[in-house]
Amino acid sequence: MSTSHTTRTTPRATASAGARETTEGTVYTVSGGDWDEVAEAVTRRSDDERIIVNMGPQHPSTHGVLRLILEIDGETVTEARAGIGYLHTGIEKNLEYRTWTQGTTFVTRMDYLTPFYNEAAYCLGVEKLLGITDDIPDRATVIRVLLMELNRLSSHLVAIATGGMELGATTVMIYGFRDREHCLDIFELITGLRMNSAYIRPGGLAQDLPPGAIEQLRDFIRKMKKNLPEYDKLCSGNPVFKARLTDVGYLDLAGCLALGATGPVLRSAGLPHDLRKSDPYCGYETYDFEVPTTDTCDSMGRFLLRLEEMHQSLRIMEQCIDRLEPGPVMVGDKKIAWPAQLALGPDGLGNSLDHIRNIMGTSMEALIHHFKLVTEGFRVPPGQVYTAVESPKGELGVHMVSDGGTRPYRVHFRDPSFTNLQATAAMCEGGMVADVIVAVASIDPVMGGVDR
Amino acid sequence: MSDDSERAGGVPAPRGNTGETIARRRGMFGANNGGDTSGYSGLRRTVRMPGASSRPYGGYFDEVADELEGALEEQGVDPETAIEKTVVDRDELTFHIARAYLPQVARTLRDDPALRFELCTGVSGVHNPADTGRELHAVYHLRSITHSRLIRLEVSVPDADPHIPSVVDIYPTNDWHERETFDFFGIVFDGHPALTRIMMPDDWQGFPQRKDYPLGGIPVEYKGAQIPAPDQRRSYS
Repeated sequence: MSTSHTTRTTPRATASAGARETTEGTVYTVSGGDWDEVAEAVTRRSDDERIIVNMGPQHPSTHGVLRLILEIDGETVTEARAGIGYLHTGIEKNLEYRTWTQGTTFVTRMDYLTPFYNEAAYCLGVEKLLGITDDIPDRATVIRVLLMELNRLSSHLVAIATGGMELGATTVMIYGFRDREHCLDIFELITGLRMNSAYIRPGGLAQDLPPGAIEQLRDFIRKMKKNLPEYDKLCSGNPVFKARLTDVGYLDLAGCLALGATGPVLRSAGLPHDLRKSDPYCGYETYDFEVPTTDTCDSMGRFLLRLEEMHQSLRIMEQCIDRLEPGPVMVGDKKIAWPAQLALGPDGLGNSLDHIRNIMGTSMEALIHHFKLVTEGFRVPPGQVYTAVESPKGELGVHMVSDGGTRPYRVHFRDPSFTNLQATAAMCEGGMVADVIVAVASIDPVMGGVDR
Repeated sequence: MSDDSERAGGVPAPRGNTGETIARRRGMFGANNGGDTSGYSGLRRTVRMPGASSRPYGGYFDEVADELEGALEEQGVDPETAIEKTVVDRDELTFHIARAYLPQVARTLRDDPALRFELCTGVSGVHNPADTGRELHAVYHLRSITHSRLIRLEVSVPDADPHIPSVVDIYPTNDWHERETFDFFGIVFDGHPALTRIMMPDDWQGFPQRKDYPLGGIPVEYKGAQIPAPDQRRSYS
């Protein structure tokens, strides 16, 4: 925990906290060490036990650059505020200066733990604006669902792993990252990249599944069915784990709806609201799966929900593999489909040399078309749409406006982490300082998505 | 959609002449300063957004519109004044609301048992600098979990008077969303408990998501060639 101020006057050997007088009161810079010493130093100086702790933005257990401003009285948090904006990268502004297809490269980097959801929400929006939603090939839609559910696993695994690490349960962390690595291996096999893949494109996918992908997916499902119960064995019945999570980060249904919380936070309050069921997209209405809920409204409930959702995701993935039929993965309209035939070249993944040789050597028109589509892009009729997908964190919505040009006129992402993080104050105030960490971990915010 | 775009030589055909004109563009390739040698300087394009729709709207839209208008009448508000325009486009329903009535409309949408839009997914801003008197738009999406419905509210205000009543006391979730829209567009949400910047530093000048705010960026050298910054590249208006 640290403030933005540093001091060099205090010798390190005597205390881990340097003190400095300011007009606001005494400012301590704490950089690890024994909390008791700081508490003692504070009480020695005044009778008032009320201090303001500035946690972050650089702190391992704040999930990135989240800054928490806590007013604490002894060990009790009396007021909690979240400060964000430290990872703002202007993605929404940048999108207005690129073609519609280039946008996927940006949005995939927002919530970097759920790249396929960002891409899918964005592409569904572009397709709705174009009016080609029904023309997307089935194979592309099934692969989108497959990747989204695999991504739900990898995101929940990180949520559970980092949540465990913050409690000191490093085994949970090792397990979580071990299994997430299996997910990323499959992402790499299919898209060429572990993260930020820009694989889902307006109109379909960048390319088809490579050979061996189905076998690896089947292996993965088999492996995860064996591994997932380990989390249950390790945590669900563990008295220490239960004691730390139960009744911590409490937010009931009325609070969730008022604060707009969605995803596991809302479902832990007992409402089975899931966009995959209530407002289906990508054909989710045809898949057989359940939306788990708990009525405990607390961090333990959210942990158990994430575990169960991973089982459900495996179920959906199995159904996806069963219904994969050979076919195109890009819309038939050549005015929209990028003429991409990717191959691995000496400078990375790019257009295959054979394809380039073909269009450059045999067809002038194909070359012009390729050039126009890649540099200028396609035009999208004017209007606005809102599309939303159920990301592992909640409702990921995209509000998209087109003015009829080759670039988005305005794209706004309603990121679930951003909205859910507002619940920090409601979840933490009145609780203990140590429980703030657990409550924030149960929201599972990713600052890349919060700040965009 | 592809048929439309082919017909007009790459430019999508206007969807009827009823659309609302928000801008007129001329030329191409973004050659707006100095002599345009592109040969396209005579090109004119009118940007038309989908215009007002007439009944029946289709699906559940008629029911929502009826209930909302009825509920407003009961409260002594003339629906014609509160709802400036109703647009149905791409299976989505948009109510354009006069800004003074926004809180009352939002409260009605949330509380009326036949409407029950419990969840607000925040507010998004849009800047149309060429649409005089309606430059800034605040767009709200409301979701009814009870009835599985989704509607959109749109409020437009002039740049000279960018004030919209806050809906934070109706949808507390809009706290951060309104701060974000203020931060990026300079729309002032009256009645917000603490309207401060949220993404940009507190002392930041200007509103970054406005169209007249430059993107910035520097040219990059790649394999010996200068690649201009994204906002300096050719654009196809």
